[in-house]
Amino acid sequence: MSQTGGPIDLSWIDLALASALVLIAIALSQWQRLGLARGFMIGAVRAVVQLTAVGYVLAFLFTTRRWYFVVLALLVMLLAATKTATDRQRSPFGSLFGITGVSMLIGTGLTLAYVDGIVLRLHPWYDPQYVIPLFGMIVGNAMNGAALVAERLTSEMELRRGEVEAYLALGASPARAAAEPVRRALVAALIPAVNGLMVVGLVALPGMMTGQILAGSSPNLAVRYQIMVAFMLAGAVAITVTATVLWYRRRFFTAAEQLAIRTEV
Amino acid sequence: MPITAGDPAFRLRGVEQERAGRRTLCGIDLDLPRREVVAIVGPSGAGKTSLLRLLNRLDDPSKGSVLFEGKPIAELSVRALRRRVGFVFQTPVMFAGTVRANLETARSLGEADGRAPSAADGIRLAGLDESFLDRAADRMSGGERQRVSLARALMTAPEVLLLDEPTSALDPEVAEQLMTTVRHLASDAAVTIVMVTHRLAEARAASTHTVLLEAGRVIETGPTEVLFSSPNEERTRQYLLGRERLP
Repeated sequence: MSQTGGPIDLSWIDLALASALVLIAIALSQWQRLGLARGFMIGAVRAVVQLTAVGYVLAFLFTTRRWYFVVLALLVMLLAATKTATDRQRSPFGSLFGITGVSMLIGTGLTLAYVDGIVLRLHPWYDPQYVIPLFGMIVGNAMNGAALVAERLTSEMELRRGEVEAYLALGASPARAAAEPVRRALVAALIPAVNGLMVVGLVALPGMMTGQILAGSSPNLAVRYQIMVAFMLAGAVAITVTATVLWYRRRFFTAAEQLAIRTEV
Repeated sequence: MPITAGDPAFRLRGVEQERAGRRTLCGIDLDLPRREVVAIVGPSGAGKTSLLRLLNRLDDPSKGSVLFEGKPIAELSVRALRRRVGFVFQTPVMFAGTVRANLETARSLGEADGRAPSAADGIRLAGLDESFLDRAADRMSGGERQRVSLARALMTAPEVLLLDEPTSALDPEVAEQLMTTVRHLASDAAVTIVMVTHRLAEARAASTHTVLLEAGRVIETGPTEVLFSSPNEERTRQYLLGRERLP
């Protein structure tokens, strides 16, 4: 998209020049026998192929401007993120694909709807130029949160099995019995979100802001967008991890409120 | 059906259980008398703990029925059952905070009908003095922790207390003191006690009724004095002899 005052055009020849920088990395790994030269080469090719493909998909979405194509793209992103999160979770009850997917749908869907309809008031509501990149950031963060919170709840429940059962034995509800493991899992999953807010602009220069500035936006506008993104990510992660952990907690108990993980007898 | 003094606290009929493909309990028919100290003894792997865990539904049997005060426990509210039937674990787990916080947490889970003892009464019933209430629960000795977990279980005003090898991690002297406390609970607080132990001397000294389990089956059950002095079953006699030869 070349707009007036937009970025300098970048041709394939320019990119060939840029590839010299990867060639330096490849040469260094050969020289130091790091065994990474092959990885760099494959990675460079994959980056070109994947990003080019994404470029075509985005170009298609931006030119057709059909709500159903945009929603389909969002669902594909959500499914891919759910798969990635599920692969990183460890659970004694098998895959948590359903729990993770629906929780992420709730967390990312509510957040995107709020940003779309109330903060940015997009016209049309499915404007792909905004919806796709915003959802990409939301879903990426929700994915990390969902993976972390489930992993942590599994280990806390295993570690604190005796405490949980001691509560149950006193007639406590499963929610009360698992309160401490749930709390610890939530804290662990939300700390990255808190840290993200703390260091934004200091340690991490956000990619979105950098991109906007490169694309010719005023720095002030780019900063305001970035602040919105930071708030949006905190909300999306909080909703997603809470939904995940409260739903996943139920798996640890039977209908008769017994622990569903093996006790060592 | 009115409940008379002679009715058992628990009645088990045809109870079987499987864990990880292994049968831990095979056709248990058993009555556990009310207002007594019942000891469940037997070699390790006999199914003692498995049986105990059924009584307040920490586990369910795969077959058979368990009746508490004449009612199938599966028909009672599981939370109400667990408040009426307390459980003290082999390894006591302290909740965060002081001893008082531990006891108040347990009391808040019970019915607010005024039957629950105060924290001070609870700790005294468990044989510790009130000065323990403000100590950090996780900074106490094994014997003290076990008494706190006993006191905590008493905070829901249970009718029955299930004790799973409560003395196995304690010195003999501390264990004996705990057993004295348990006996007093049964007589003074009118609580039915069902305890699993592998120490025969402890069972004989503290209990009024004994159940001998072996390989998931009841070998013999009866008043402790009768079972220890003139057992009906040859198997019981052998078990008692075998154990008494051990140091």
